[in-house]
Amino acid sequence: MTSVLEIRDLHAGIEGKEILKGVNLTLRQGEIHALMGPNGSGKSTLAYVIMGHPQYEVYSGDILLDGESILEMGPDERARAGIFLAFQYPVAIPGVTLAHFLRQAVSAVRGYTAQKDENAPIGSNLMPMREFRRELTEKMEMLGIDPSFARRYLNDGFSGGEKKRVEILQLAMLKPKFAILDETDSGLDIDAVRSVAEGVNRLVGPDLGVLIITHYQRILNYIRPHHVHVFFDGRIVLSGGPELAEELEAKGYDWIRQQFGTQPTPAA
Amino acid sequence: MATKSDKELLEGLKEDYAERYGFHDEVEYVFKPRKGLDHEIIDMISDIKGEPDWMRQFRHEALEIFWSKPMPTWGADLSGIDFDDMYYYIKPTDHQARSWEDVPEEIKRTFDRLGIPEAERKFLAGVGAQYDSEVVYHSLKEQWEKQGIIFLDTDTALKEYPDLFREYFATVVPPNDNKFAALNSAVWSGGTFIYVPEGVHVDIPLQAYFRINAQNLGQFERTLIIADKGSFVHYVEGCTAPIYSTESLHAAVVEIIVKEGARVRYSTIQNWSHNVYNLVTKRAVAYEGATMEWVDGNLGSKVTMKYPAVILRGPKAHGEVLSIAFAGRGQHQDAGAKIIHAAPYTTSRVISKSISKDGGRASYRGLLKVTRGAHHVKANVVCDALLLDPYSRSDTYPYIEVAEDDVEIGHEASVSKIGEEQLFYLMSRGLSEEEATAMIVAGFIEPMTKELPMEYAIELNRLIQLQMEGSIG
Repeated sequence: MTSVLEIRDLHAGIEGKEILKGVNLTLRQGEIHALMGPNGSGKSTLAYVIMGHPQYEVYSGDILLDGESILEMGPDERARAGIFLAFQYPVAIPGVTLAHFLRQAVSAVRGYTAQKDENAPIGSNLMPMREFRRELTEKMEMLGIDPSFARRYLNDGFSGGEKKRVEILQLAMLKPKFAILDETDSGLDIDAVRSVAEGVNRLVGPDLGVLIITHYQRILNYIRPHHVHVFFDGRIVLSGGPELAEELEAKGYDWIRQQFGTQPTPAA
Repeated sequence: MATKSDKELLEGLKEDYAERYGFHDEVEYVFKPRKGLDHEIIDMISDIKGEPDWMRQFRHEALEIFWSKPMPTWGADLSGIDFDDMYYYIKPTDHQARSWEDVPEEIKRTFDRLGIPEAERKFLAGVGAQYDSEVVYHSLKEQWEKQGIIFLDTDTALKEYPDLFREYFATVVPPNDNKFAALNSAVWSGGTFIYVPEGVHVDIPLQAYFRINAQNLGQFERTLIIADKGSFVHYVEGCTAPIYSTESLHAAVVEIIVKEGARVRYSTIQNWSHNVYNLVTKRAVAYEGATMEWVDGNLGSKVTMKYPAVILRGPKAHGEVLSIAFAGRGQHQDAGAKIIHAAPYTTSRVISKSISKDGGRASYRGLLKVTRGAHHVKANVVCDALLLDPYSRSDTYPYIEVAEDDVEIGHEASVSKIGEEQLFYLMSRGLSEEEATAMIVAGFIEPMTKELPMEYAIELNRLIQLQMEGSIG
């Protein structure tokens, strides 16, 4: 059965300021959607709200996973339900190795942690080490990440490109139903973008629904979307196929501002 | 002809004690355990142990010093200690044993969660009087004896190596050092004695656990370690499993002598039950080119006052203190380090990490002293505090006294709370808030855990996770 993630007339904001002003979007496993828009349009906010960031408030509307609202679920529950967010600026967790962190995360998401007996020794409710190691090695190789990263502290001292690759590694290990890639291409040079995109391409398929949030069209040369949406002033103003991305690239965001903006655009 | 109580006494000491030292029939040992401390108790202790006169005298003098010194006016609140309402010496065989059925459920559950082996549980809960690790200990003992390494309990070392003992005993921590060192000097019992000969490297960490028995979990342990020139030893005291002590005052003394070019590392994870006042004097002297490393973990007790010290007495000596303190509800960890640079070209490093939760209070108290003539010193102190909620408290009391111009001193302090973005990131990967917090805290103390032997590091991480679950009262 194909899972469906539906964002229904979503209004949300932070510190009393509304940023999402009625977002409507339906994402199915197997589909690749791109969400493009100028800076400040609220694209990353959408990503954070879907993932359940505690600082953001939903004023009205809903987010439904297979028909059930997820608004009451914390970020950890949403992760276990199959939602994944590849962060634009992954935060560092000093002192915690990538391997240790991933084993905990995978164990949580695959239900090993939930199985635990209240009195069992701490650490006994994790994915068996050998199995985990094997899978980790395999995925790191597939994504071209040097094995030494497993022992390094999570995101601590990683370059921009390395952080983005590690986000994709987490995607590969956690096997979510839906992945939101928040400006995964930002801050990367051409080769790094291609390399990250190749990693994602190895993971797309009928079991994964992807929402690529991006400012530039470039990554979409490598990861071909089925649907493209244009985000402006807190909502989706235009939707279409992959050609829409090319049109946007050619005409720029001013074209959008002219069509949908309430104020005249400043001289370029 | 030995009486029955004498036989029991012998069982508590080294096995072959009777063959080696015999026993005097005509002396009758009548020891009725009673509370309070006076010269009569001192005589009884010395009688039972069969100590030489100089030690007996030493104890008597120390008692006078203890009485003459006032309580410290700084540090943690010690007003809860009632000196008259406690036992200062208990024969190993008289230790009150509980029955397993009486051990509280949360304690049993803690053992489950920490994965403590069955054999150790009864002992840790105060049910058994002796933990039998003889098998492990014996095979290692043979190895050590061949190398000339001495690893004994302090009482036995005094008997078997009287000259060596007397040469170094109380030279690093004299009885008049502070009130609780005086107390320990008067009533000390048990502890560890280690001597490592010149050039010998002890390749596995020596652990108190090997020889553990009721005596060694004593309130007034006295440890003495001598590392001769160019030697190396790593000693690990304690364990992370909670130790349920009925005695509420623990005043231990640890003295370490690190001779030229030698290196000693002393690691402790202290996790006394939450009724204990843990007041410890730990000090090492490092000679030319020597290195002393203290790795100090304070998780338990109601109050801990402990400042591992290194006196850098010879040029190019190096001292390090790595300290972690965890203060939960009702706890005050007043810990830190003292480094005294008493020679030129010496270096030191102190890293202190503290975590406070549920209203607990963790304080860093440190002394960094550079004496006249100790030029070209490089010293660095880093103290980081992590507050897990708005009710908890962290303090820093650094004292820096420098009498030379040509020195490089660094001191950095930080206070932080669990980052919201870090928490969100980890939770977005499926970890519950508790698991995510525990992971961030484990990362915070990582500079220390990576210095511990693997099994201790694992236990420490488990213990931290358990603390996050709030299941330790």
